[in-house]
Amino acid sequence: MPPAVRFVNCCRHFGSVRAVDGVTLDIAEGEFFAMLGPSGSGKTTCLRLIAGFEQPDKGHIEIFGETAEGVPPYKRNVNTVFQDYALFPHMTVGENVAYGLRIKGVAREDRATKARAALAMVKLAGYEDRRPAQLSGGQRQRVALARALVNGPKVLLLDEPLGALDLKLREQMQEELKALQKDLGITFVFVTHDQGEALSMANRVAVFNEGKIVQVGVPDDVYERPRSRFVADFVGSSNMLPPDFASGHGCAAKWTSLRPEKIKVVATGTTVPTGYCYADGEIKMVSYQGAVTRFNVQTGDRRITAEAPAGDAGFKEDDNVRLIWPKTAMVTMEDGA
Amino acid sequence: MSQAVTAEHAVAAEGGGGVLGRISDFFFAHPKLLTLVLLLPPLLWIGVVYIGSLFALLLQSFYSLDDYSGLIVHEFTLTTYAQLLEQANLQVILRTVAMAAMVTVACAIIAYPIAYYAARYARGWTKALFYLAVMMPLWSSYLVKIYAWKLILAKEGILMWFAKSLHLSWLIDGLLALPIIGGPSLSFSYIGTFLVFVYVWIPYMILPIQAALERVPVNYLEASADLGAEPRQTFWTVVFPLALPGIIAGSIFTFSLTLGDYIVPTIVGNSRLMIGQAVYTLQGTAGNIPLAAAFTVVPMAIMGVYLWMAKRMGAFDVL
Repeated sequence: MPPAVRFVNCCRHFGSVRAVDGVTLDIAEGEFFAMLGPSGSGKTTCLRLIAGFEQPDKGHIEIFGETAEGVPPYKRNVNTVFQDYALFPHMTVGENVAYGLRIKGVAREDRATKARAALAMVKLAGYEDRRPAQLSGGQRQRVALARALVNGPKVLLLDEPLGALDLKLREQMQEELKALQKDLGITFVFVTHDQGEALSMANRVAVFNEGKIVQVGVPDDVYERPRSRFVADFVGSSNMLPPDFASGHGCAAKWTSLRPEKIKVVATGTTVPTGYCYADGEIKMVSYQGAVTRFNVQTGDRRITAEAPAGDAGFKEDDNVRLIWPKTAMVTMEDGA
Repeated sequence: MSQAVTAEHAVAAEGGGGVLGRISDFFFAHPKLLTLVLLLPPLLWIGVVYIGSLFALLLQSFYSLDDYSGLIVHEFTLTTYAQLLEQANLQVILRTVAMAAMVTVACAIIAYPIAYYAARYARGWTKALFYLAVMMPLWSSYLVKIYAWKLILAKEGILMWFAKSLHLSWLIDGLLALPIIGGPSLSFSYIGTFLVFVYVWIPYMILPIQAALERVPVNYLEASADLGAEPRQTFWTVVFPLALPGIIAGSIFTFSLTLGDYIVPTIVGNSRLMIGQAVYTLQGTAGNIPLAAAFTVVPMAIMGVYLWMAKRMGAFDVL
């Protein structure tokens, strides 16, 4: 079975800007796939290449085995949920949702029924006659989703769809999107710059930087085993340990990543269990973050950040402490740059 | 209230803003008064000078002219309006409305692609060039432009010369041989009047359409294509409805300007009157102010009906 979407060495340059620079990627059918990266990393351009709004300068794109380059957006069986929803202001919610069906020539009765069903699916039953301007951001988001899904796309593209929503609503929509994808079983390709969102929602994540994919994998793999400093830093936060520090603690002499939550803060002099490493230092800053407390500890000439569950360890600034962590928590990276 | 005033004095004293500062503070504390002060002069202008004179005009149209004495009878009557329906006057109205309608349609068709290009593709210096090209004709005198057109369209003019050198004289001769719109030469025919009207009013059509199209974000077009619409379908279902308020605004200009103009048809065209010329003659040499006023009411009534219909059709729903 061919992959839902296949990129083969795709490039898309805008003048001297290499928005997408040699991307090769397979997205399997039924996957919830996240494209994660900072702004300008090429993730949105990749999404637009799948939608057909952009054409690759070089390389090859397949959607379910069919060549996609040169095919206009209106001939592709994919639909997009736009970042700012792009609902048509001169149509009612019902007309917006039924738009794709109307273009396909579906009879009026039939498309009204389907639009109603699609709106019910996104929990907006009875909103058919409103105008987009009368809806809240979260409701518009749902209408955009219904408008795309009513066409029965083989791939649904979502361009930072939750970016404009406030935190509570975003968390709620994340769950709903996940449930929806599970029910429908269609391939979702999701662009986001929010690593938490990518990790929590996707089956697989591609991390983008400067037009290239720097790592692809399942969320815990990307988080636990970052291959480069960029990934370690962008996906969650991490302590970057230089080669000499790593080799001093029994690892390869390469840049090494150590997640703050793997480090325990204990009193100086505490015995170090076997299989653990340690470093002594002085707390320079304590930042309380609700669920966790972050400690910024000066050890020798470097600072190490440790995270402890809130209420744990009653240390204050200027306390001398010992940091201990399992040796296995140190992840040697291939690319130390 | 008194507390607010005290607070305001305290602040003014601290800031030491002087007279201007105190005026600012006063208006800051009384925003409604500021609105009133800003609105009063234009309201007086529009209310008294503009609406007032229109009302006086309306009043005049309900008087009549005594045919024997040539004096105006200041009594309410509808006979003047009845005169409008006489064959000759009705023809003037129909002729003018037909001309205005055709000029408007032609302007819309020509203006749309230009406005679309400017709104969608022109950036930086091409945009500056666009504004310059559209606005520059408005900077020179209207009379000069119309006389220039008279020369261009004349029998011995540059257009005929050009047609002759392209061996296309037969085409223009054929056009001029047509009944009603033809004539002895382009500058003495409805075709000529039409061409000049389209030329002088087209900026008033381009600019509102361009403004309307600029407010249509590109991602509406992308969303439409994404949902399966070919460019042609996107145009009719998304772009055109959203540009419609601009087209209506432009057509209000071209339509009403053509309805009321008397200079263009006087200089370029045959001797048959348009509404503007009829008004000019009636209030001047003929001294028939009531009939002139009644003629003036016609374009206003037509525009009123036109706007009402546009609203009913939902042309302003997006605004």
